[in-house]
This record gives sequence, C-alpha cells and structure tokens, in this order.
Amino acid sequence: MGKDDGFGRVQELSYELKVGEVMTTTVITVAPDNRVGDLRELFRANKMSGTPVVAGDRLVGIISIEDFIKCLADGEMDCPVRMRMTEKVEVLYADEPVVHAIHKFDRRGFGRFPVLDRKTGHLVGILSKGDIIKGLLKKLEIDYHEEEIHHYRASHIFEDILADKTAIRLKYDVRGKDFENAGASASALKKTLSRLGFHPQVIRRVAIATYEAEMNIVVFTPKGQMLADIHPDHIEVKAVDKGPGIPDIERALVPGFSTAPEWVRELGFGAGMGLSNIQKSSDKMVLKSKVGKGTDLRMTFFLYR
Amino acid sequence: MKLEEIVHELKMDVRSAGRNLAREVRGGYASDLLSDVMANAEKDYLWVTLQIHQNIVAVAVLKELAGVIIVNGREPEPETLAKAEKEGVPILVTQLPTFEIVGRLHQLGFRGTA
Ligand SMILES: Nc1ncnc2c1ncn2[C@@H]1O[C@H](COP(=O)(O)OP(=O)(O)OP(=O)(O)O)[C@@H](O)[C@H]1O
Ligand SMILES: [Mg+2]
Repeated sequence: MGKDDGFGRVQELSYELKVGEVMTTTVITVAPDNRVGDLRELFRANKMSGTPVVAGDRLVGIISIEDFIKCLADGEMDCPVRMRMTEKVEVLYADEPVVHAIHKFDRRGFGRFPVLDRKTGHLVGILSKGDIIKGLLKKLEIDYHEEEIHHYRASHIFEDILADKTAIRLKYDVRGKDFENAGASASALKKTLSRLGFHPQVIRRVAIATYEAEMNIVVFTPKGQMLADIHPDHIEVKAVDKGPGIPDIERALVPGFSTAPEWVRELGFGAGMGLSNIQKSSDKMVLKSKVGKGTDLRMTFFLYR
Repeated sequence: MKLEEIVHELKMDVRSAGRNLAREVRGGYASDLLSDVMANAEKDYLWVTLQIHQNIVAVAVLKELAGVIIVNGREPEPETLAKAEKEGVPILVTQLPTFEIVGRLHQLGFRGTA
C-alpha cells in the first residue's frame, strides 16, 4: 500500500509511538495476599478482565477473570491470589514501539499487558487495545467518539489497522437551519482525511459530496447525521435524517430541480445542483427516502480508480 | 500572478486575511450559486460573487480557493468576516459589477475552465 492512503500513515505512526506514550498510567493492582473472593467486586466495578499482582514495586503475576471463575468452581474463594495467579507474565516495556504491542496482542489474544520500565523493572502502566487506538487517533488529531471506540468495534478497528481491513468511523451531527455551522462536518472530515494522508484528489471529491449532503440536511430537515467510514480502499459517507423525505427521487435528481424556499435561495442555495454534484464526485450514490420518515444517502469513493 | 498584485491592479479593498495575499492565483469563476461554485471552481481560483453571508467561507475553504471578490460595493456580513479571518480566506471588495471585474481579470490573463 502506498503512502497516499490513511492507513500508511497509521502504520508509520505505530512505529514512531512508544508504548509508554499511549498506556494507562493509573493501574489497579492487587497484592499476592489478597483473597481471590475480593476480586469479584474489583473486576465488576472497574470493568476489567484481569489485573496485575504486585508486591512492593515488583510485578509478581497476573490474575484473570478465568482464574477467578476456576477458583469459584472449586469453592476456594478464601484462597490467596498468590496461589491462583499466573506467575510467568507476558509484559511490554514502556520504550517499545506500539507496533510491537500490536503484534503481541495479535499473537496472544490477551486483553491487556502490564507495562514495565526497562531499567527499574517497575510496573509503570497497563496497555489495552483501546489505549492503542486512542493514542493513534490522538496523534493524528482526529476527534473520535470514545463511546464508538468502546462499544461499537474497539477490537475491530484494531485488527483492521493490522490486517489492512476496515475502518475508522467518524460521526458528525448536523442541525437544520443552522447556517452558522453549515459545512462544518464537510470541513472536519476534509481535515481528518488530509491528516490521515489521503490523496488530495480523493479528498476534494469527498469534500464536495459531503458538503452538498450536509447542506441538504441543513436546508430541508430539522436535523441529521453524517457518518464517514474510512476503509483502506474506499471511503463511505452516509447522510441520514428524519426530515420530510423526498416524494419523487427521480425528479429531485434532475439538475436544476429545487424546492428550496426563497429566503434560502437568496443565500445562494437552491440551484438544484447538489445531488448531481454528489453523483459526479462520488463513485457510487444510493439515495433512499420515505415521505414523512426521512432520507438516507450513501456515497462511496474508491481510492484507486 | 499573486493575489496581492491583482488586488493592487484592480484597486480592490482587502476585508479579511490580509496575511494570505502572497498566494498564486490560477484562474477564476463567477457565480452566485454555491453548488455551482462547488461543482465548477478549482483550487487556487478567485471567486467573483455578490453573496455576502458566511456560507461563502465554507465553500472557499472546501474548494481551496485563493480568495473571494465581492462585487457591486456590497459589504460582507460581520460573521462572514470573522469566519474568513479565522479560516484565512481573503475577502476583497470592489465597486465594480461582476461583468466589469471579470473583464479586467481576463485582461490580466486569467481564464476559467473552458
Ligand atoms: N435530505 C433531504 N430531505 C428532503 N428533501 C431533500 C433532501 N435532499 C434533497 N432534497 C430534495 O431534493 C431537491 C434537490 O436537491 P439538490 O441538492 O440537488 O438541490 P437543492 O438543494 O435544491 O439546491 P442546491 O443543492 O443546488 O443548493 C431539493 O430541492 C429537495 O426538494
Ligand atoms: Mg442541495
């Protein structure tokens, strides 16, 4: 894959960034003498699937939810953590490049790794896949929705950076009649795509189409949303709204057809060219609409034509 | 030709982003319809229009235009100027109507996309 695509930049960054820069530094740990039974509340409250076991400054093991469940099955909840933990712990060092961590996650299938300082051997942090994604996006100065990363496809995005598959998803809310912020989604997406290093020509096509779709939401609907999915070989942008819908799609697509009200036309909208601009600048456009329900517009842009 | 030379030659007033006048201009487009500009203007073009509201800035930014010329002595709205200043889009004003200013740009050697 060449340098003109976003994923090339993500991969470069995974070599530049160090584990220590993206890890979580507040680590919840347990002592070897803690009761295994006490882990239940700790795991639940912190939504963790495992935690490092530390004696003084030294990492002596790791105990996971599976260890806990086995203990539970054996009816030995009073047993000390020391007896049930895994002593041979796979760790990462704070000075390793993130790409090492990515490979390690890939090979081991673990949810998180303790991070040690190479000189002192002390535990200095913990690293999850989510930390890596957040770190990479932050470095690219991409605004992301934290929720999306956690709930939507955290592991997915991650595998995908590796495997050259899917997808970074960006989401923008668009308010109807808000001419002050009109065009903001298109501008933000354009900025993000340049930061990711996409080819200017692709960026220009996406910018035109996204702008037109966004303006239609502003002009014709109370509110809507733009969703951009960035894949290694194509970008898909969806513009969805729950507005009045389009009664005759074929007619709406005719260049020059517009139902824009007079006051909007005075601002320079309403040439009836938006949808045909989208058709021209995208590689594929699918427009679906139901009167009284809303409109769903999908635009696809291939990176290599 | 650089934007500052054009400003000087055509005696226009600069209303925003005076810091960005060193930019090379490659051509021009004249229209008052935003979708028309989205479709037909190109990067580094000057856009001639009578529109004065803030949405012209979004179009200029997205299309990477060199600047916007507002005709007929119309003045851009304050929100337009604030946004243009922030985004670094030069807005120039002229007393001349579109037909005249485009004619002079043509004389200076500028063309649109034919
Ligand atoms: N999201 C939408 N909801 C409801 N109607 C829409 C929507 N998008 C487009 N339309 C209808 O389709 C028509 C054509 O849209 P198009 O974007 O091509 O032109 P326009 O918005 O009227 O003018 P221009 O885009 O040139 O400013 C609109 O006038 C409107 O009637
Ligand atoms: Mg439109």
